[in-house]
Amino acid sequence: MSKALLEIDNLCVDFQVPSGTVSAVRGVSFTIHEGETLALVGESGSGKSVTSTATMRLLPELAKVTGAIRFDGEDLLKVTPKRMRRIRGNDISMIFQEPMTSLNPLHRIGRQIAEVLGKHRGLKGSAARSKVIELLNQVGIPEPERRIDSYPHELSGGQRQRVMIAIALACEPKLLIADEPTTALDVTVQAQILELLKDLQQRYGMAILFITHDLTLVKHFADRVCVMRYGEVVETGETQALFTSPQHDYTKMLIDAEPQGTKAMGDANAPVLLEARDVHVRFALKKRLFGKSEYFEAVRGIDLTVRRGQTIGIVGESGSGKSTFGRALLRLLDSSGDITFEQVDITQLDKNGMRPLRSKMQVVFQDPFGSLSPRLTVGEIISEGLKVHHPEFTRRDRDARVAEALAEVSLDPAMRNRYPHEFSGGQRQRIAIARALVLKPEFLLLDEPTSALDRSVQVTVIELLRNLQRKYDLTYLFISHDLSVVRALADTVLVMKEGQVVERGIAAEIFAAPKEPYTRALMKAAFLTSPVSAA
Amino acid sequence: MTTDTTPYSSDERSTGLPAGGPNPPAAPDVKPGDSLGREAWRRLKQNKAAMASLVILIVMAIICVAGPWFMPWDLDEVDWEAFMAEPSLSSGHLLGTDANGRDLLTRTLYGGRVSLSVALVATVVSLVIGVLYGAISGYVGGRVDNAMMRFVDIMYSLPFMFLVILLMVVFGRNIFLIYAAIGAVEWLDMARIVRGQTLGLKRREFIEAAHALGVKGSTIVTRHLIPNALGPVIVYVTLTVPKVILLESFLSFLGLGVQEPLTSWGVLISEGKDMMETAPWMLLVPSLFLAVTLFCLNFLGDGLRDALDPKTR
Repeated sequence: MSKALLEIDNLCVDFQVPSGTVSAVRGVSFTIHEGETLALVGESGSGKSVTSTATMRLLPELAKVTGAIRFDGEDLLKVTPKRMRRIRGNDISMIFQEPMTSLNPLHRIGRQIAEVLGKHRGLKGSAARSKVIELLNQVGIPEPERRIDSYPHELSGGQRQRVMIAIALACEPKLLIADEPTTALDVTVQAQILELLKDLQQRYGMAILFITHDLTLVKHFADRVCVMRYGEVVETGETQALFTSPQHDYTKMLIDAEPQGTKAMGDANAPVLLEARDVHVRFALKKRLFGKSEYFEAVRGIDLTVRRGQTIGIVGESGSGKSTFGRALLRLLDSSGDITFEQVDITQLDKNGMRPLRSKMQVVFQDPFGSLSPRLTVGEIISEGLKVHHPEFTRRDRDARVAEALAEVSLDPAMRNRYPHEFSGGQRQRIAIARALVLKPEFLLLDEPTSALDRSVQVTVIELLRNLQRKYDLTYLFISHDLSVVRALADTVLVMKEGQVVERGIAAEIFAAPKEPYTRALMKAAFLTSPVSAA
Repeated sequence: MTTDTTPYSSDERSTGLPAGGPNPPAAPDVKPGDSLGREAWRRLKQNKAAMASLVILIVMAIICVAGPWFMPWDLDEVDWEAFMAEPSLSSGHLLGTDANGRDLLTRTLYGGRVSLSVALVATVVSLVIGVLYGAISGYVGGRVDNAMMRFVDIMYSLPFMFLVILLMVVFGRNIFLIYAAIGAVEWLDMARIVRGQTLGLKRREFIEAAHALGVKGSTIVTRHLIPNALGPVIVYVTLTVPKVILLESFLSFLGLGVQEPLTSWGVLISEGKDMMETAPWMLLVPSLFLAVTLFCLNFLGDGLRDALDPKTR
């Protein structure tokens, strides 16, 4: 730990909005030394991304930035825009969260990397090309000579993030700002990317400002940690010290926010609620009027027996077909194979035949921002199902049920006249749960209900789901890529990969001793290798 | 499906509430939520430019409808003493006369009746048909969508003038034909816009949630798809109105639209442009009416779009 590279001193960022001034960052100070990794940790809205964007001077015009950002002795808030452009990409570079959108889809990746080299190093033509190939090699892209001419859409999410890293590293920056670089990626890919960043950091001796909401990653990756909340730094310290003896209550809360506990095994003799045999789902890729159409088979023959009161967790990475399978079970997608619900074969039912059953099988989706219609009030959203299934209810009856359902998910019933955008992610997810609950279902499909939420909110939603299950003897099918959440909620686990079940069994057993190599890889990547100590 | 068959009755459920909870079941004292319309009206009222535009448009409509009854001159009445007279108080022609000695204000008001009614009817027709057609096509998808959109393509490929002339030949010259012809063409764009919006919205999770609740297809279209597609629709409507007014004047200019002595703003403007140097008021008066109307429509459209979006407060 030699001399200070970046010193942020009493940084304040205010946004002027029509309704007044919003202070996103209030007096943040921290220092990054050469070659070290500082993690900036906080939940959404804590101002961590604004801080990093301010460092790059990439904030919109209406932001008022005060304080000092000294990089290598130079105050970045005072330098000219021209000088700033020379620093960006050359001395400080940045990788973003969303590898799907941070590359220009119209240009070959080689050209996008070469652009930085041309700008800051003056490399052109074949010199630039060989440098790009070398970079692609370093970030672990196979066959760089061929891949250099690929378009972003030809690469997987992890490979795109590698390309972003190659762009960021092209000029060997002294500081790399990584803004949630792995949040959009699968756990196994996430582990590889972090490994790569660590490796490159040692090779180039650069400092990394690592922004994340995920404390598990921080523990394995950062030298020092800076915890932010409401635009202020709550606590700073060495990673080891911070995790073993956190000083501030908020830090303690964040560290404890790992979902706790497990679910006791359901009654093995409980009546079967839902049964699926040999379920296949396929999507048409190309439909032809004549000749053979092309299909992609997303789910390839899955059997499942759900008993009343059980929670079945389905685990898998993106593209494993877990959500598709869940939707097929509720007949939201067409599938082949048999599905019976309460001994009724629902694959034979048409839309009208399904309708009475719909109130018994409900669903909560992943994205609390997409699953509520922005043009309806919360009350209208929750009462929609009542209108369908209880047409005999008067407006007053419905209103009373809505109020009841909102109270059930610990929201103030007076909130039912407001619109979804006025609520936070966690509150929205509670509204979505209320919408499902108001119909008094028996079976609830939970499709990544906690994935879009902050850790501390996640824990409260999990707690809520647990209480509701206990109270109403609900049966859950819980789909998630997050192993720690599944461990906390499910009694039985299915691990899915490429449309098939890789491993299934009792949750405690699988987490203690996974049999299949794929399951083991998943757990290792999620840093869950020692389940007992973490729980 | 009645409540009795569910595993817990509603009584059990209300007693099962957490004791410390915010005291709900007897809570319907809270006023039922304002409907989107009332809420939107409240927000629109706060937008001064939009409200001013709305007032001007209403005044414009009233004077165009009622104004001619109070005018001392008639639509085709010739003042033999004032051909191409300048606007003046003494002659009684407040905004002057045209080349045939007819009072320009009277004619502009009559023209306003035609232009505004064509704009209103054609826009409403295009709005209703286009939005429903587009939403249904996008929502149902597959073969139906294909067939419906190919029909739109065929309609597009028919030359507009050919359609109008055909209608004229069959039904004779008539103002309602203009409504019909313009309406029949304008809804095509709207249908495409709404279909595009619907295709995007259809994949959103709240639509899927509605399916999971067992909501009927028709309800999904009217309650979830159309309201969420309104933003671009309203913007497009504010573009349609001027387009329709100009299209009508174009038809009239070719002799396919309104017939003398009846007139419209478009006709008056095209007459006025010929006299621009000798009698500039003949161009300026109808142009001013048209410009003010279009200007107000744009402000009102912007205001409506913001007001109908719950996110803007």
